[in-house]
Amino acid sequence: MPRIARDVVFVDGVRTPFGKAGPKGVYAETRADDLVVRAIRELMRRNPALPPERVDEVSVAATTQSGDQGLTIGRSAAVLAGLPKSVPGFAIDRMCAGAMTAVTTTASGIAFGAYDVVIAGGVEHMGRHPMGEGVDPNPRFLAEKLVDPSALVMGMTAENLHDRFPQITKERADAYAVRSQEKYAAARAAGRISPDLVPTAVRSAEKGYGLATADEPPRPGTTLEDLAPLKTPFRVHGNVTAGNAAGLNDGATACLLAAEDVAAELGLNARMRLVDFAFAGVEPEVMGVGPVPATEKLLARNSLTMDEIGLIEINEAFAVQVLAFLEHFKIADTDPRVNPWGGAIAVGHPLASSGVRLMNQLSRLFEERPDVRYGLTTMCVGMGMGGTVLWENTTYEGAK
Amino acid sequence: MSTVETWRSLLASEDLNADEVVTHVRVRDVELPLGAGTAALITLDNGFDHTKPNTFGPRGLLKLNDALDQVAARGDLAAVAVTGKPFIFAVGADLKGVPAITDREQAALIGRLGHEVFRRLGELPVPSFAFVNGAAMGGGVEIALHCAYRTVSSGVPAVALPECFLGLVPGWGGTYLLPNLIGAEKALKVIIDNPLAQNRMLKGAQAYELGIADAMFEPADFLEESLLWAARVLTGEVTVDRPEADRGAAWDQAVANARFAVEGKLHGGAPAPYRALDLVAAAKSASRDEGFAAEDDALADLIMSDELRAGLYAFDLTQKRAKRPAGAPDKSLARPVTKVGVVGAGLMAGQLALLFARRLEVPVVMTDLDQGRLDKGVAYAHGEIGKLLAKGRVSADKAGRLKSLISGSLSKEAFADADFVIEAVFEEMSVKQKVFAEVEAVVGPECVLATNTSSLSVSEMASRLRHPERVVGFHFFNPVAVLPLLEVVRAERTDDATLATAFAVGKQLKKSCVLVRDAPAFVVNRLLTRFLGEVLTAVDEGTPLEVADRSVASLGLPMSPFLLLQLVGPAVALHVAETLHEAFPGRYQVSARLRDFVASGRPGVYAPDLSIDPAAAELFSGGDRPSTEEEVRQRAVEAVAQEIRIMLDEGVVTAPEDIDLCMILGAGWPFHLGGVTPYLDRTGVAEKVTGGRFLDPGVASLP
Repeated sequence: MPRIARDVVFVDGVRTPFGKAGPKGVYAETRADDLVVRAIRELMRRNPALPPERVDEVSVAATTQSGDQGLTIGRSAAVLAGLPKSVPGFAIDRMCAGAMTAVTTTASGIAFGAYDVVIAGGVEHMGRHPMGEGVDPNPRFLAEKLVDPSALVMGMTAENLHDRFPQITKERADAYAVRSQEKYAAARAAGRISPDLVPTAVRSAEKGYGLATADEPPRPGTTLEDLAPLKTPFRVHGNVTAGNAAGLNDGATACLLAAEDVAAELGLNARMRLVDFAFAGVEPEVMGVGPVPATEKLLARNSLTMDEIGLIEINEAFAVQVLAFLEHFKIADTDPRVNPWGGAIAVGHPLASSGVRLMNQLSRLFEERPDVRYGLTTMCVGMGMGGTVLWENTTYEGAK
Repeated sequence: MSTVETWRSLLASEDLNADEVVTHVRVRDVELPLGAGTAALITLDNGFDHTKPNTFGPRGLLKLNDALDQVAARGDLAAVAVTGKPFIFAVGADLKGVPAITDREQAALIGRLGHEVFRRLGELPVPSFAFVNGAAMGGGVEIALHCAYRTVSSGVPAVALPECFLGLVPGWGGTYLLPNLIGAEKALKVIIDNPLAQNRMLKGAQAYELGIADAMFEPADFLEESLLWAARVLTGEVTVDRPEADRGAAWDQAVANARFAVEGKLHGGAPAPYRALDLVAAAKSASRDEGFAAEDDALADLIMSDELRAGLYAFDLTQKRAKRPAGAPDKSLARPVTKVGVVGAGLMAGQLALLFARRLEVPVVMTDLDQGRLDKGVAYAHGEIGKLLAKGRVSADKAGRLKSLISGSLSKEAFADADFVIEAVFEEMSVKQKVFAEVEAVVGPECVLATNTSSLSVSEMASRLRHPERVVGFHFFNPVAVLPLLEVVRAERTDDATLATAFAVGKQLKKSCVLVRDAPAFVVNRLLTRFLGEVLTAVDEGTPLEVADRSVASLGLPMSPFLLLQLVGPAVALHVAETLHEAFPGRYQVSARLRDFVASGRPGVYAPDLSIDPAAAELFSGGDRPSTEEEVRQRAVEAVAQEIRIMLDEGVVTAPEDIDLCMILGAGWPFHLGGVTPYLDRTGVAEKVTGGRFLDPGVASLP
């Protein structure tokens, strides 16, 4: 029987406010699974037209899949969220692109006809699960020089990227970081950030219960002068600082995807349409350049040029990695298409959850910009990868 | 000086309540959704997990007062909210200090402190909210009632005002605020009916349906949704509509109905429910100040009552001694039980098979010599499992598992690999000895042989076995699934491993075990028979049945003597009386009237509508030396005191506490009597009959 691929739409997405990892962070005593459960419940509440039993899959990404991020967290979160027991779920991992991969994998299932509606998201509690927790790299990586020794330390890969793109200086990176903080602060002040946020209960033995209502990581008012003297922990006299990189964060995201015809049948609003996606590998020691080949592959397959892309949500693991992408595509550092509401340098990057944050934000931007047809969400991935998803604005009214 | 200040100086100067587990009061600002402003969120948390719930002692209350000082001083708040720690809101007053209270003024300070602190929540310049996230009892419910609004989690397992169960009233605002919130009729269910019905508790959903909470949310994100709801209330998006409490005749009628029910149960035997009734009656028209002051008075009086002290003692027995039986051997000696045998297929055997299968989840084999009886016995157990399934008490899978666990066999060979065999055959020594001998021929040398005998000597039953050390008495109370007591009988030669196994099994069966010596009829039946025997003898002598049956009403026992006789079954009661008469002919008489009555085959003196059947009454008439109610009661309780003294001297149990525990759990004797010995002590009966008290002053009475 011949198959016809179905169009997949992004209906809605939410996230918990992001927190700073560590004992002083807002989620220090809050479980990771509780975060993603809260996001899933709010997603369902915001879409009352969706009968819960119509959810065909719950895919939740986490980089570290043990403890409160273990127990195949997509399934355990579905049960904890009170979805019908008939709704299955699974855990998925592609490090920083975990949630992005949760989306592309389940969207593929929708296109294939195996699902009608899915929930995809991610969670990372980097306070409870520090980066690299429990890893055991095969000694062959180094013995056979499969990767450079710096490949497993993300900050070092960012320093390596400065070597590859010497024109990207620390000053440029810092300037980019300052703008990210400014753009986020402006977007927040304009009320553009909070619609995606799910107020989330937090508990501390010392302080009692509280409610996280806003992102904790942003440092509004950051100046170049503030950033200049920061230490470069990954290399002496290096370029990468805590100021021009995303921090260590806790948070969770969840979004609702559906076959376009099913969304129409159920009366679910389709904010954007998935056009295509691509993942690509690069040398692990320069993992930050990953978005370049992934995006090239994607644009070529879809016969598009970067000029036809109206909005770009690129994850800001490091300023240098964003700038490398912009250099490659000859986009100005200050191009308004790029992260108009700021990025991970300001808001934070709880690894596996970030992919869906990019999508939430792009879908909101699309709503404001009916003149834009195409947008990208893209991110670099540890172990040397990049992933890019191409989206089409369902409110597109034609170029103006 | 305010009560808060009085307590502050008391705690500074004296070592009062030194072992209070202090509930800490954390205050944290939260930004409410919808731009509703900032709320101060108060978390009650004693720093332990849910197995040690939050309670309110004076130190905790002072901490709450400090927090409210802090909150009241703020001008920037839109609301104040109170919630608990995970799974627990708060379970009421910390009563550990009560036994030490010796004067009424000190007692009154407890009530006043609670009022003075809690009422501030309802009198703040901004609205207050209680988010009842977990178990809430007593003062925990009351702190919520003082708030302007309440939400409750649908996952809350217990909402209750259990004070009357213990011998108190909900005296930190409960008797005033609750009826004014939900009306007298519903409030009395919570304040009186439930506590007097084995301390029944409400679930979160029931509390919501009664109107105790204004909104209910699921546990997964209860706090977030409660805060959102609070924001909606503050912004006017949600209006809380509560049905107006009916302050007309319905209020008085509800109080009158409850009074009638209490009177029917207690006949004045316990003061607390009556005080609660008076308070609820007065709450109809009393001002807040008047209502709270009346509660203070009631609390002070009740704290200074022997009934409360006995209630606290009894509660402690059921919570502690019942879980750690006195005299039980080290539990590490217990052997695992992986298969159970039940000899017999009658009603008792069927009940036992069901209980063992449900609780131990191991195969249970019933045996009988007759295929028809065996099939009937297994079918009974399977049928009961079907009933549990129909009621939703077990799932279909669980029902399938339980049914497959219970089987029948005509041959005792099926016991070969059993670790525990209990007999429930005809109550006759020779029959039981024969059955045990047959079982012993089949089972391994360490298999425990238990008997459910209620009156025969366990030692004699074991005497002809090769391994008498493996025999233990396992005396259940009918109905087996319901009554929590298990008398574990150590026979002359029972060894520690057998006894430890018996206790371990009893615990797995979720029974409260009490170790008793192998003495005729053990504890509960021996005392009830003595008690009943005195009443019957009075009838034999010419006391009218009605008079005799009413004679002990003021004790507030769960049922009158003749109702008890009917429940036990006149023939069974006669049999036990005869056994005890044989053992102790001087103290146990066999009523001639009872013998006639049993011969008549009647089930009891009461008709189904609880009127006395005239024909039955006729059988209990005659005699020419009638006693008054007072005389019958005196003679009955004196007999009980005498018997207890003898039992303690014989070493039937290790302490009076065990007697009380048995009477509470096996006979349902009430907390306000403390079981029985506190009552006998405080009325002077113990002193008069035995020359001394059973318990030291202060243990279960005012010091």
